[in-house]
Amino acid sequence: MTGFAPTLARELRLGLCARAEIINPLFFFLMVVTLFPLGLDPEPDLLRRIGPGVVWVAALLAVMLSLDQLFRRDYESGALEQLLVAPVALYFPVLARLLGHWLLTGLPLVVLSPVLGGLFALPAAVLDELALSLLLGTPILTVVGAIGAALTTGLGRGGMLLALLVLPLYVPVLIFGAGVVGRSLAGYDVDAVFALLGALLALAVSLGPLAVAAGLRISSGD
Amino acid sequence: MSSETCLLQAHNLACERDDRQLFRGLSLTAHAGECWQIVGPNGAGKTTLLRVLAGLFTHYDGELHWHLSGDFREHLLFIGDRPGMRAELTPLENLNWLNALHGLDDADPWPALASAGLRGFEDVPLTQLSAGQKRRASLARLWLGEQKVWILDEPFAAVDAAGVATIETRLADHAAAGGLVLYTSHHAVGSEVRRLELGP
Repeated sequence: MTGFAPTLARELRLGLCARAEIINPLFFFLMVVTLFPLGLDPEPDLLRRIGPGVVWVAALLAVMLSLDQLFRRDYESGALEQLLVAPVALYFPVLARLLGHWLLTGLPLVVLSPVLGGLFALPAAVLDELALSLLLGTPILTVVGAIGAALTTGLGRGGMLLALLVLPLYVPVLIFGAGVVGRSLAGYDVDAVFALLGALLALAVSLGPLAVAAGLRISSGD
Repeated sequence: MSSETCLLQAHNLACERDDRQLFRGLSLTAHAGECWQIVGPNGAGKTTLLRVLAGLFTHYDGELHWHLSGDFREHLLFIGDRPGMRAELTPLENLNWLNALHGLDDADPWPALASAGLRGFEDVPLTQLSAGQKRRASLARLWLGEQKVWILDEPFAAVDAAGVATIETRLADHAAAGGLVLYTSHHAVGSEVRRLELGP
């Protein structure tokens, strides 16, 4: 576990230094979600049907936007090469960075989601399920996006390339995540979908940091 | 002064970047107790050579052996051309993180910061420090830890005359204590320094 706790503390400290980078994706999430009822027919039935999908797509884009800068400053400042020459396995510092990043950017989306669900006339009974699906899903989005961010860190501007790399990989998470509430509204049991999301999360957390570490080595060794 | 423990053997190293030959046929044998200065014109590949030696850049030809036990990185202190420290954080916060990565959780960063001439600036974010002070912050690591091999890229850049003298003494002391220092600079440290010339 060498390097986990100090790296997590550093990540949270850095988050406090760059509040705009934490708050902007959150506002982006709020804006995108609130634009849909304004742009579409504000018919409760329609809103209820598209609500979960809209919240999920907006959360997915917000997570992706927040990731572009994840490793860039560490790369530019040389902190990344210091991590590579340090006598530690990269797994734990990387896992700590991802956890810290998710706590600052993913968790607020989860907390806000029931409010936004209410905006889409979702019944109170399924708001918990919406939040839970995001609680399981956003860490997966963070980890998968971080693999792309690690690979594009060495390039001057990776923004659009990151989106093209990562968005196709987000599809399964989106299908399961957004499908939870729809199924629940239709009266189906959703435990199995949660189990699948949980399995994807376990896979992402256990193997994702290895892929991120490999990406960072490639980016740094050019 | 120099003991006969061979720490580094490089034979016939060659490196290319973007179809441009940086150096070739480079051989080097370095022992404990030695201080090596790598000199050469801008673009001769000094930084790349240091990155190759530190294991950060692996696209080279030739043979490179470090005669050190266990994980080579445990014996290495690498300070690159970039400070390795985040500008948003203070020298103290940056050092604490780097120390933790090197298993030096008990190391006291305060004397090191004082030796590097940063007393009173420990809690000032790096963005508010001058270029020389940033350099001093990363060089404070010379007074922490027990690494045997130091690889330093332009340690004297932007540092004032008094600071250069302090660092020179520190490098000479480390070599005298059985360490190995490899650095790039246009500045020689005393008469004990060996020179490795790169470029045409």
